[in-house]
Amino acid sequence: MEIPVLKIIDPGPMTTVQDLGRIGYQIYGVPVSGALDQISAMLANWLVGNWAGEALLEATFLGPKLEALEDVWVAVTGAKVHMTLNGREIEDQNPIRLKAGDILWIKKVLRGLRIYVAVRGGISVPRVMGSYSTYVQAKLGGIQGRPLIKGDILKTRQNAKDWAKPKKVNLTAYIVPDFAPELILRAIPGPQDNHFKNSIGLFYSSTFKVTPKADRMGYRLEGPLIPKDYNAPQSIISEPSMPGSVQIPPDGKPIILLVEQTVGGYSKIATIIWEDVCKVSQARPGDELRFKKIELSEAHTIYRETWRKLNVLREILNAPSHRPR
Amino acid sequence: MGLYEEPIFRIAGDRGLLVELGDEIDPQINKTVRILNLLILRSNIQGVVETIPTYRSILVYYDPIKIEVRELCVIIRKLASKKQEITLPEPKLIEIPVCYGGEFGPDIEIVAQSHNLTIEEVIKLHSQPLYQIYMMGFTPGFPFLGVLPELLATPRLSTPRLQVPAGSVGIAGNQTGIYPITSPGGWNLIGRTPLKLFSPERKEPFLYAPGDFIRFRPISLEEFQEIHGKEYGDSSS
Repeated sequence: MEIPVLKIIDPGPMTTVQDLGRIGYQIYGVPVSGALDQISAMLANWLVGNWAGEALLEATFLGPKLEALEDVWVAVTGAKVHMTLNGREIEDQNPIRLKAGDILWIKKVLRGLRIYVAVRGGISVPRVMGSYSTYVQAKLGGIQGRPLIKGDILKTRQNAKDWAKPKKVNLTAYIVPDFAPELILRAIPGPQDNHFKNSIGLFYSSTFKVTPKADRMGYRLEGPLIPKDYNAPQSIISEPSMPGSVQIPPDGKPIILLVEQTVGGYSKIATIIWEDVCKVSQARPGDELRFKKIELSEAHTIYRETWRKLNVLREILNAPSHRPR
Repeated sequence: MGLYEEPIFRIAGDRGLLVELGDEIDPQINKTVRILNLLILRSNIQGVVETIPTYRSILVYYDPIKIEVRELCVIIRKLASKKQEITLPEPKLIEIPVCYGGEFGPDIEIVAQSHNLTIEEVIKLHSQPLYQIYMMGFTPGFPFLGVLPELLATPRLSTPRLQVPAGSVGIAGNQTGIYPITSPGGWNLIGRTPLKLFSPERKEPFLYAPGDFIRFRPISLEEFQEIHGKEYGDSSS
């Protein structure tokens, strides 16, 4: 049963409905989309008792200002923010109980870039091609395929009124968000590291800066140019990329490809591991980052360990492990 | 080199394995890609999340908790050696009506002039071949087609347009394709189709899939408007 629970007073500059991505349609050229910082998105959902892939809000640069139309639980994760409830500052309170008429305002981002707002019971939007995620360029998913606007009403998918009271957990005890001034991104060489035999050392030892050309498609970086070997091809036959692929165009300036990409014809020197794709999604223009080379086997050990910790947290929070029927 | 004897595996991060089958844009290599992709899908390999077949390679998206990458390579290598044992489903032939030139094809004169052709000859040459869809990407439903007649090959625009209208048919180098949604683009625009190539609310959101064939059929402005009205449920174009 759908219940209108939140009204958007001010959406912020770029707020969309996302989930963990649209799987199975990249063969048709549909990018995976979904939350950029998947870990923060999952945590927000778990905090209010949802499953990890429930529809939630992703806000960039600034959060939304919301009015509760019903009593409802929400959780705010991702960037470190300054927020007020009915004008009074609240801090590190998760999840947040809103009463009908309350106004929650995510006023300022102190560190990081992307904020996730989950609503207990999930945000009701149609599931389009297997996902709730908004892909604005194709007007696909979310609320009419567009960013939120003033006056939008969010409804919950499930009536969560009789769910058990959510648990309060200090997240930092389990998963510490990393907003270090210089990000270290662990990256596995490939798929075309063999085109950069002479410059791969430079790539892994240099500091790069995030430019203003940074969005859900990718982050362009500034720093030392990474030249291709003289005998490497100018371009490759177009092939798919992954979120986290580090592409080097002929100008030598790396681009970290993210979730609104499908295929491309430039060589990719390395691929950032999943956990660090979440981290770099929180980087803002001007932030500095470095790449740290790791082997695939080590990356897989890290991946399994990250998921083990996440699952412990999910169980503590009593959140379902799969999509509920 | 052409088609490799055995697939080459490349690492695409902690969740992606790139399976490369050849080093050219070639119908035989592309067919092998589609065969191997079908074999992978039919095998329902535990831990394989999604596969993305392209010109000469397949990106296999996997869950490293459910499958070891070494095991995945072994399975795929074995499947690749069985590629003679299956036949692909019969490809579809999709006819795409196109209104060439005019406001829909602002670059058709450039294409004609640079090859000393008349606009009529460009239309005739472009609408003659059966084009096979080698892959889809860039935007939802954008087909990468083979093979454009050599006489029409034209370099892409030096400055891409910020907005190419949905349905635009373009040429870039020796490639031709259709923009299914309004997006930026640097291809020479020679016409437009009134068909909705991507419609998420339709039961089949796409009119075609990789491996299918496309033929362009020249239509008049009147026919364009008639089909456009039906497709988009309006009377304007």
